[in-house]
Amino acid sequence: MNGVHDLGGRDGMGPISFEPAEPVFHEDWERRVFAMHIAMAGGGYMNIDQFRHAIERMPAADYLATSYFEHWLVAVEDGCRTAGLLDEAIATSPVTCFPSHLVEAMVFGGSPARMELDAAPAFAVGAQIRARNIHPAGHTRLPWYVRGQVGCIVAHRGAFVFPDSHAHGLGPDPRHMYSVSFTAEALWGPDARNPRDTVQLELWEPYLEKAGQPS
Amino acid sequence: MPGHTHDHEHEHRHEHGHDHGSAEDVTLRVKAIEQLLVEKGLLDPAAMEKLIDLYENRIGPRNGAKVVAKAWADPDYRARLLANSPAALAELGFTGMQGEETIVVENTADVHNMVVCTLCSCYPWPTLGLPPSWYKSPPYRSRAVKDPRGVLEEFGVSIPAETEVRVWDSNAELRYLVLPRRPEGTEGLSEDQLAELVTRNSMIGVGLPKSPAEAQS
Repeated sequence: MNGVHDLGGRDGMGPISFEPAEPVFHEDWERRVFAMHIAMAGGGYMNIDQFRHAIERMPAADYLATSYFEHWLVAVEDGCRTAGLLDEAIATSPVTCFPSHLVEAMVFGGSPARMELDAAPAFAVGAQIRARNIHPAGHTRLPWYVRGQVGCIVAHRGAFVFPDSHAHGLGPDPRHMYSVSFTAEALWGPDARNPRDTVQLELWEPYLEKAGQPS
Repeated sequence: MPGHTHDHEHEHRHEHGHDHGSAEDVTLRVKAIEQLLVEKGLLDPAAMEKLIDLYENRIGPRNGAKVVAKAWADPDYRARLLANSPAALAELGFTGMQGEETIVVENTADVHNMVVCTLCSCYPWPTLGLPPSWYKSPPYRSRAVKDPRGVLEEFGVSIPAETEVRVWDSNAELRYLVLPRRPEGTEGLSEDQLAELVTRNSMIGVGLPKSPAEAQS
């Protein structure tokens, strides 16, 4: 979706404000909402792509007016509601209570998004590609500022969970993923401050087409 | 009841636009949903305490500083780190959530690396901990890709025009850790002394390591 969360290249967001010696959490509720989400995710109440999409679906004005951990709280509330955890009867819910003795295993073990895929990658390293000009209504990790632009594949990273499917309950749906480099000139035209500069990001195969094809 | 609280909050938002989400409201909403989940047996308070302790006290940018110092001091480690970052980070125990696929990118005379997440707040937790507020904020996320040199200047960093500024937008599940250039005049320093020079911002690419003199003052 073309939400306000897709911030790359927007103007008018104001100066960057720094806080020297910033604490990890500013308020106790921030600690609690952070830990609540991680523990509940360990119990399977929603996946990371559903979590991100819950935040993206916030009304744009609310998104910009609220703090980072308030975004997390909105997602926690949304995830609990969607999983039916706020209802009286939860006997049928597959969500489990994540136990404290497994915390270290989860934190230090991680949850890899890399997967196996039999299909061969469609694009080769060094190929010029175009990021497709698509505007899906649902979740996507294709930032708007690269859509329709031509870049160069610098690495094939393997197959990874495809967020556009995973956020909508369609399973991990693994797809090949590539690191793609775009020149500042390709992205910002004559307004690029230094044509030597580049932006590099990861694009899944469904986001790409051959550079010769019309966008 | 939490449901009632939420509905009320929702109406409130529609009526007043930006005038919502006061500190008291947020605290109450968090408390309400936490209590409900604990009462229903879906949330273990001990698991929450462990998570808070890990990310508040044990997992932070001092981890990344150890990686950088070791790479500066030990050329073999640096080579392993750049060839297979996850394996080299695992040698020091820096594995896990939001760092499963960390890639270390090296600053040189030709390339200065800088990391952002324009879509949310992706950040290499095992080596840097949780991100600072500015990294998660719209001003940084919007400008880092379009005007990286302007952002760097706001952080007090000036990169020569001949050097490529390479911005890594962490839009997928890969995470980036910048290996800054070793400051001059640091020959003979131990790994521990070198680690004292490594700042969090230098590992995001919006700062430079301290000089030995800066570290003393």
